[in-house]
Amino acid sequence: MATQVSTDNVEKTIYDGLVELGTERDDLSREATLESLDVDSLDLVELAQIVEDEYGVELKGDDVKDVKTVGEVIDLVVAKAG
Amino acid sequence: MSDSTRPEGCALVTGASRGIGAATALMLAADGWPVRVNYRSDEAGAKEVVAQIESEGGTATLWQGDVADAADVTRLVEPGDDGPVLVLVNNAGVRVDNLSPSLTDEDWATVIDTNLTSTFRATRAALPRMMRARFGRVINVSSVAGIRANPGQANYSASKAGVIGFTKTVAAEVARRGVTVNAVAPGVIETAFTEDVLEGDLAKAIPARRVGTPEEVAACIRFLASADASYVTGTTLTVDGGLSA
Repeated sequence: MATQVSTDNVEKTIYDGLVELGTERDDLSREATLESLDVDSLDLVELAQIVEDEYGVELKGDDVKDVKTVGEVIDLVVAKAG
Repeated sequence: MSDSTRPEGCALVTGASRGIGAATALMLAADGWPVRVNYRSDEAGAKEVVAQIESEGGTATLWQGDVADAADVTRLVEPGDDGPVLVLVNNAGVRVDNLSPSLTDEDWATVIDTNLTSTFRATRAALPRMMRARFGRVINVSSVAGIRANPGQANYSASKAGVIGFTKTVAAEVARRGVTVNAVAPGVIETAFTEDVLEGDLAKAIPARRVGTPEEVAACIRFLASADASYVTGTTLTVDGGLSA
C-alpha cells in the first residue's frame, strides 16, 4: 500500500533517500541544490525508484531534468501525486 | 554464487523454453537463483524447463509474455514474490532472413523490435532496482552476425550489432553501482533456431570444425552472472569456435 502523499511525508522520504545515497543529513534543506549535494543523474534514478515504491508516483527523466533544488524535487512529487 | 552471498532477487531469462535460454535457466537455477522462465508460445517447452529445474531442487516459475510487447516486458520485470530481477538475460530473438533489397519494412521492424528494442526495455525496467541493490547482472545475447558480415541477415545483424553498442554504453552508465552489463555473441549453435542452416559443409568454415551447443553458450552467461565476473563489464564474449577470430 502506497504511503499517503503529503509535503511532510515526501520531504522525509526524499531526505532519507538522499542520506542513503551518501548526503550528510546536516547539509539537507529545501533550498540546497542537488549540485551542491553532489547528487548526480544516477542518484536521481534511484531517488525516483524510492519515490515510486513509496508513493506509486513515476518520475521520468523529463520530469527531473530541470529540477535544481531539494525543495523542487519534493514539490514535483507532491504535484505529480495530486 | 553461494546462498550467503547471493542477494535477494531472481533471474529472468527471456526466450527460455528451449535452446540457449533453456540451458541458461537450468544453470542459473543450479547456482541458486529463482528463475523466471519466459516463453512466448512454447508453453510445453517452458513447462519442461521448469519441471527439470524443480526436479533438480531449484526454483522456477513460468512467465508467458512477448518481449516485443512493451506492456509484457514491464510485467516480466516487475518485482514479485521472488524479489526484484537482479539477473536479466535478454535472450529472446527472432530471424526473418532475406537479402537486404528484398527485406520488407515489416521484416526489419519485427527483428529490431524483438531483438533490440526488447533488450532496451527490459534493461531499462530492471536497472533501477539493480542499482538500489548495488548488484545486478545484465547479459544480452548478441551474435557473431553482429560482429561480422552474414549475407541475408541485414536486419538480424543490425539488431545484434545494436545490442553490442547498447551493452557497452549502459555498462559505462551503471558500473559504479555494482551492476555489470555484458553480451555474449554465439556463433553457429545447434538449436531449433538454426536447424534450417545446419546442413551441408557449414562446420568446415568453423575453426573448431563443429557447431556449438546451447550449454557452451549458457556456461559463459553463467560466468557473467556470477560473483566471479564482478569486474567484467561492457564486453562481448564470443562463443563461436573461432568463427570470428
